Amino acid sequence: MHLSPQPPRDPSPSPSSVVVRDLHKTYGTVEAVRGLSFDVAPGECFGLLGPNGAGKTTTIEILEGLLAPTAGEVIVLGRRWGHDDQAIRERMGVCLQQTVLSEKLQVDETVELFRRFHRRGRAPEAVIRQVELTEKASARVGTLSGGQKQRLAVACALVGDPELLFLDEPTTGLDPQSRRQVWDIVNAFKAGGRTVLLTTHYMDEAERLCDRVAIVDHGRIIAEGSPRHLMTSLGGEHVVEIAVRDDGSGPLPPSAMEGLPGVRAAHAEAGRIVLTVAEPHVAVPAVLEKVRAGGWALSGLSTRHASLEDVFVSLTGRHLRDE
Amino acid sequence: MNERAPRTGAEEATDGREFTRLDAFLALCLTRFREFYRESEVVFWSFAFPIMLSVGLGIAFRNRPAETLPVAVVAGPQAARLSEVLGRAPLLTAKVMDADMAARALALGRVALVVAPRPDQGVEYRLDPSRSESAIARARADDALQRAAGRHDPVPSAVVEVREPGGRYIDFLIPGIVGMNIMSGGMWGVGFNLVDMRIKRLLKRLVAAPMRRPDFLAANLAMRLVFMVIEVSFVLGFGHLAFGVPLRGSLPAVFAVGALGALCFGGLGLLVGSRARRMETVTGLMNVVMMPMFVLSGIFFSADRFPQVLQPLIRILPLTALNDAMRAVVLEGMRLSALSAPIAVLVLWTVLSFGIGLWLFRWA
Repeated sequence: MHLSPQPPRDPSPSPSSVVVRDLHKTYGTVEAVRGLSFDVAPGECFGLLGPNGAGKTTTIEILEGLLAPTAGEVIVLGRRWGHDDQAIRERMGVCLQQTVLSEKLQVDETVELFRRFHRRGRAPEAVIRQVELTEKASARVGTLSGGQKQRLAVACALVGDPELLFLDEPTTGLDPQSRRQVWDIVNAFKAGGRTVLLTTHYMDEAERLCDRVAIVDHGRIIAEGSPRHLMTSLGGEHVVEIAVRDDGSGPLPPSAMEGLPGVRAAHAEAGRIVLTVAEPHVAVPAVLEKVRAGGWALSGLSTRHASLEDVFVSLTGRHLRDE
Repeated sequence: MNERAPRTGAEEATDGREFTRLDAFLALCLTRFREFYRESEVVFWSFAFPIMLSVGLGIAFRNRPAETLPVAVVAGPQAARLSEVLGRAPLLTAKVMDADMAARALALGRVALVVAPRPDQGVEYRLDPSRSESAIARARADDALQRAAGRHDPVPSAVVEVREPGGRYIDFLIPGIVGMNIMSGGMWGVGFNLVDMRIKRLLKRLVAAPMRRPDFLAANLAMRLVFMVIEVSFVLGFGHLAFGVPLRGSLPAVFAVGALGALCFGGLGLLVGSRARRMETVTGLMNVVMMPMFVLSGIFFSADRFPQVLQPLIRILPLTALNDAMRAVVLEGMRLSALSAPIAVLVLWTVLSFGIGLWLFRWA
């Protein structure tokens, strides 16, 4: 290993915050990560999106220096793990998946403890205020709700004033209001020009927070790009779902819809036809005409913007939460 | 100001404080201290439990004054005279009853001895030789009757009463409770606590921060030493105030032995907690380590009571060494230089358990 702070294969003038090249991790005979490569630029929020068991947590824990990779190269903030780990840890913040902080400590005592691990950092009161726990500052951690505990975990990650923030499924298991509070905190951190790398299996979270997303499945990246780019890659940004009444005219085959004006793709799902369309105002009249001409009776029609979920389904044929 | 806004200016980015490695170490110590005294179960087991144990056992096994023993005299011509002599003797009471009643009273344990006059002016003592109070009653009764008949003792004798503390059961018990407390404190406070933190992923979270791993373990051990001083002072102080248990050795010697014990059992705690990822595993391992010592190492009764063949094994156990050294300092006022054998045993266990424990240890 050489001590050069720059990866030799990446001569870009603006160094990436995170560089991952051909990362592998094997547990016994199980290959959790099978050749991941990606870069995260400074100031960017990058998301690893995928179902449970896709290898997201393994990947982020390797980047956090908590697991050793089986093979591959990882550079975090210009350094490799194993040389001056302390220097990397000083500049990064970590929020693990479901950490239970010490229940007997108070909120302010917990944040102060993490502040003291860092040479320089932010005032604990300011961080506690930012995560909206000021009223709970002298409450025991054991008395907090799930959402409050998660915001405290984020506060512990922020108090060292990091350049790079790792969040492993930051809102899993939280109620909608707590999720929005965590999103606000992450967006505020991004607005300060800092870098975020997060994992999630929530589409809406990736769409809301991430500048770029890598969709991970079975330890590999199957698609990568901005959420908008990925959704456009479906061939259309809109989704039209239709359902027909079962009145003896037989099921409506998805193939009947292919080739209609504006329709880019069609598949059947849970008794409905899901169409990816570029221009709904062109596609919908054509679809309705086709249904009427075929003698089917329409029982439902809805249109919506395409989501990352649709991208995942079109790539894998499965839903993200199918396990 | 909008609370959700990002840091608005450079002045808010840092709080101007600059912390050193020592600050982080002291913060870890303070955290451990808070976790300790805020955990009511820990406070109970460290302070209330040893006191309850000392009081309970101290009362049950207190030294009693010599007991007055009842004696039956079988009715007959001499019965009244014998009964009167025995009644005047110290620590005996006598009652005349017929032969059947006397036999039944002896069988039921209502009297310790039956004195039956014989036709030749002599007496017959009837007793159960397996009952110690019967043997004592016979000695007292015989002494009184012989003297009343004019026996002259050829050797002049006198009795001096000695009531110095140090030889009572409570004196033996209190240093044993101190040793037991140091063992439990190390095993639970280090071993169990580490596994608890590993299961909650708190260990992983700490090592993801720029916390120095050796400092975390050092802070845990440093706080074990602090808790040891508090616990030992508390139990010995209680024994002294409530039962007059003496402290014949120096306090520095007491704490030096205590510190060695705390390090030794902290190391054993580290060893049993080095890998376990389930509560059942670590509590099982702790029982395997602690149970034999609870029985064999002389907490409640002397380890010398076990057969000779077991003694080498018992002497090599760390709690035996700790209890022996603690008793030698507390009760006999011995100096550390006279305790090389138990100290060597404790040092050996400390070195072995830390060596293996640190080698096996996993943070995540």
